[in-house]
Amino acid sequence: MTAHQTSEDPAAAARRTVEAVWRIESAKVIAVLARLVRDVGLAEELAQDALVAALEQWPVEGVPRNPAAWLTTTAKRRAVDLIRRQRVLDRKLAELGQRLETAAPEPDPAEIEDDLLRLVFTTCHPALPLEARVALTLRLLGGLTTREIARAYLVAETTVAQRIVRAKRTLAEAAVPFEVPGGRELAERLAAVLEVIYLIFNEGYSATAGDDWMRPALCEEALRLGRVLAGLAPAEPEVHGLVALLELQASRIRARTGPDGEPVLLLEQDRGRWDHLLIGRGLVALERAEKLAAGKPGPYAVQAAIAACHARAGTAEQTDWVRIALLYGQLAALTASPVVELNRAVALGMAYGPAVGLELADQLAGEPALRAYHLLPVVRGDLLARLGRSAEAAAEFERAAGLTGNAKEREVLLGRAAEERGR
Amino acid sequence: MRFMVLVKGNEESESGALPSAEQIADMGRYNEELAKAGVLLALDGLQSSAKGVRVRFDGDRRTVIDGPFAETKELLAGFWILQVKSKEEAVEWVSRAPFEEGELEVRQIFELEDFPVDVLSPEEAEREAVLRRGLAGTDTQG
Repeated sequence: MTAHQTSEDPAAAARRTVEAVWRIESAKVIAVLARLVRDVGLAEELAQDALVAALEQWPVEGVPRNPAAWLTTTAKRRAVDLIRRQRVLDRKLAELGQRLETAAPEPDPAEIEDDLLRLVFTTCHPALPLEARVALTLRLLGGLTTREIARAYLVAETTVAQRIVRAKRTLAEAAVPFEVPGGRELAERLAAVLEVIYLIFNEGYSATAGDDWMRPALCEEALRLGRVLAGLAPAEPEVHGLVALLELQASRIRARTGPDGEPVLLLEQDRGRWDHLLIGRGLVALERAEKLAAGKPGPYAVQAAIAACHARAGTAEQTDWVRIALLYGQLAALTASPVVELNRAVALGMAYGPAVGLELADQLAGEPALRAYHLLPVVRGDLLARLGRSAEAAAEFERAAGLTGNAKEREVLLGRAAEERGR
Repeated sequence: MRFMVLVKGNEESESGALPSAEQIADMGRYNEELAKAGVLLALDGLQSSAKGVRVRFDGDRRTVIDGPFAETKELLAGFWILQVKSKEEAVEWVSRAPFEEGELEVRQIFELEDFPVDVLSPEEAEREAVLRRGLAGTDTQG
């Protein structure tokens, strides 16, 4: 146990220690219990009961040597008590009681890892709406409280609580098996898991300039979940691809906002503020993803490879745009996304000159999915301006200004339009 | 938040002797546990101070002093960088390190992330997030 020499209230210190242990152990405890009771909702309730017991006992008796085993054993005992009290009729529960009593007291680490992997696949199950998957994953795997999740997503705590309750009920009613899917289903389900982690990251990333501390913390949590997943499924190339992408994007967080909170675009960022520890980690993860993918990288690995091109360039001018254009071509083939094509147009313009970029951007002008997307006229305006076609460029900037919902951005775009009109 | 965990030197680490195979295996298991929990960012061990130097500053003067240095208690033998949610969590992880004796120091790392208020409204941020998640690769935007 840890004795704490401190001047503060020992009860408060003990409580914070219990909370810290909970953050480290809760997912494992819930995962082990879920395998035994075959219900993640019940597993979480039992684990919470054990947490309450820990809050009562540990401040007095000290933190046990193996807190996870203590919590699991306590939760299992509660499960058995619950079943005895209801002592019933229900054969399923009786069976369950037996399974709990005969189950080995301390599963080995490899078994816990299997349970954790099952838990990830359950909380990200397609039977749940996307926002429920996110909430349940943060709650059961991230160990975040309902309040923390609510703060991060700027919604009411009751909304998150309902979402989680409903998600648990859906899983129970749909009798979603607590398992790692096999065969072809694995790839699809893994994609769903990765999507949830990426969503969590982006929720934090797009708002890193916000004043709410939880949103940057969401990036950290997503990164942590990604790293955990990489440990659980080390042979899956896209898991490493996603981790690489997250590490590389996170490396730029400090450079993405200026002194007045204004967003700073990638090429204008002060590269001295990039986090080189994270860049190094990202490059290692990317290398691993590419090796495992054996020449067929998935969309996350390709996006990570693009981010790596930026990360490797000492200055914006040194960026390998030829390679980035090539990678966007690969990504477009994988995702069939017109926004990816638009990014390819930008990269082509940087690599081979504005006329080449414009050719692709012009082809995208008729794309219905981009009709209201203000960045299409922005890109065309940039390329036209570089070609000296000022009047056309100005018209594009004006069009973009009409499409953006952001007042500050509109101002910038109208300024650029005026500048081109004046040429 | 990030913490640097500093491993204090001792006579053994200063002697330049390598740890036993068993100690290395224990430490390997512990480090793997940290990595699998997603909290380990970096770690390294430092060679003995006999191979190090100190550079002392005095106005314009620079004096290079060769190791080894006395006072092993002031010396470092290695470090971890952990990313966790609280100091207590860092302490909990550190408490699990496979040491029989000695002392580890837990120090929070400075972050530049007291983020100023964004110019984006929550609705706009949401719209941005939708674009990023659905369409991928808006990398040139930052």
